[in-house]
Amino acid sequence: MVLPDDAPALRVRGLSHRFGPRVALDELSLDVPAGSFVALLGPNGAGKTTLFSHLTRFLPNAVGQVKIFGHDLCLAPAPALAALGVVFQARTVDPDLSVVQNLVYHATLHGLAGRDVKRRIDALLAFVDLADRARDKIRDLSGGQVRRIEIVRALVHAPRLLLLDEPTVGLDLASRRMIATLVRRLIGETSLSVLWATHLLDEIEMADAVTILHRGCVRASGAAADIIANQNAASLEQAFGQLTRDGASGAAA
Amino acid sequence: MILPLVTPRRDLRGYAICLSGIAAREFLRFLHQKERFFSALVRPLVWLFIFAAGLRATLAVSIIPPYITTIPYEVYVLPGLAAMVQLFNGMQSSLSMVYDREVGSMRVLLASPFPRWSLLLAKLVAGVIVSLAQVYVFLLIARLCGIEAPALGYVCALPAFILVGLMLGAIGLFLSSVVRQLENFASIMNFVIFPMFFASSGLYPLRQLRQSSEALYIVSLINPFTHAVELIRFALYISLDSVALAACLATTVLFFALSAWAYDPARAILRQ
Repeated sequence: MVLPDDAPALRVRGLSHRFGPRVALDELSLDVPAGSFVALLGPNGAGKTTLFSHLTRFLPNAVGQVKIFGHDLCLAPAPALAALGVVFQARTVDPDLSVVQNLVYHATLHGLAGRDVKRRIDALLAFVDLADRARDKIRDLSGGQVRRIEIVRALVHAPRLLLLDEPTVGLDLASRRMIATLVRRLIGETSLSVLWATHLLDEIEMADAVTILHRGCVRASGAAADIIANQNAASLEQAFGQLTRDGASGAAA
Repeated sequence: MILPLVTPRRDLRGYAICLSGIAAREFLRFLHQKERFFSALVRPLVWLFIFAAGLRATLAVSIIPPYITTIPYEVYVLPGLAAMVQLFNGMQSSLSMVYDREVGSMRVLLASPFPRWSLLLAKLVAGVIVSLAQVYVFLLIARLCGIEAPALGYVCALPAFILVGLMLGAIGLFLSSVVRQLENFASIMNFVIFPMFFASSGLYPLRQLRQSSEALYIVSLINPFTHAVELIRFALYISLDSVALAACLATTVLFFALSAWAYDPARAILRQ
């Protein structure tokens, strides 16, 4: 028997989802090994957000299996969700409440209250360089700052797997770089596992593990450099273009 | 980076933390939505000071329990209008929970490791706390204007208001999870709030309704809102209507169980 601690951070097997006649996810399988960074790359409409909705229990009754550190999301949702931190694509903080009020609220959703939580929130706000905005309303923050707060929120309950659904969409270049740097620093300094969904190729580094999603199917997965080589492409952009052309047939790298 | 360690709790204390967090957020949001508070307050006051005053001369209410004397019409409608405050609040908070801009915060809520039914219940309780604040401010204004119940009645009515709030919130939750057409508040007013309010004992004793139409009388007897109004009315006069209590309890349990079973956030995502 595989103990949950030895299990991959995320294991998805045969996950399918339909919206009426439209197939959003088609027998999708995906792994995020413990302690690693995986980029989920796909054009708009590839099924990234549908996948994230399944991973966060927003869409019930899926066909297929999702395990987080060995805990089945359907059979044992509590330990699975406790290990999960999520940054959703849409803004999900309350604009009328202050930064700290939003973060404390999130902590309570995980059964957390008290001095330790406050200290952890302070430390995380310092890490994202927003300690001085703790009492400000979310409404008064810039888009990039709100995103950093959402990353803090996703980490408040000490998750082991962080999911980010297109966290840099709608941000200016400087904010995008800052978010990417922050997340990569987090991986370096902690044992956090990360699944980073994006359609922006410049956020991927050559050594990154990449899974390319198109029309609900995995078209390729492996190190970015290997995917480029397998496609005989000159760049990730070209490889991505070839793999996500309609009718393209992909293969795992 | 050294982060202070935290241990999430999922025991009874964990549930209590989660519930209080959800309630606190709802209350903070409520404090920020001053228009919502005032419209919730102005509505019953208009009924009380204009509608009821206008009908006072035409509608004399004879002695019916729990009243021991003949009463002015304003005193008769007071419990019904308090229940109306809760009716609006219950529908409004449950609907916004699924359909409004809340889609985002619903995602956050459902990613909590606590069981889904407990999260829905916490939302419901949070809505009730807000409706209690509205109801008691309304009753205070009415009392200051001389429309009052016995002083002790305001305390006795608290459990009734809590149960009625839960019941109406559960009905709202159920409607929002199964009926896709009721997306905006106007149609909820037309198809749910007004029929429930008018076909009840809130504005007139059922005996009078029966004189006009037997069918309407039966509809009003089945209407859970009638029992909500009567539960509050009797509690305000320090007595218990046990039939109303049983009806309200049963309705609450039934609709909460149905909505926990039918609740499907995917409906909200499909609309995006």
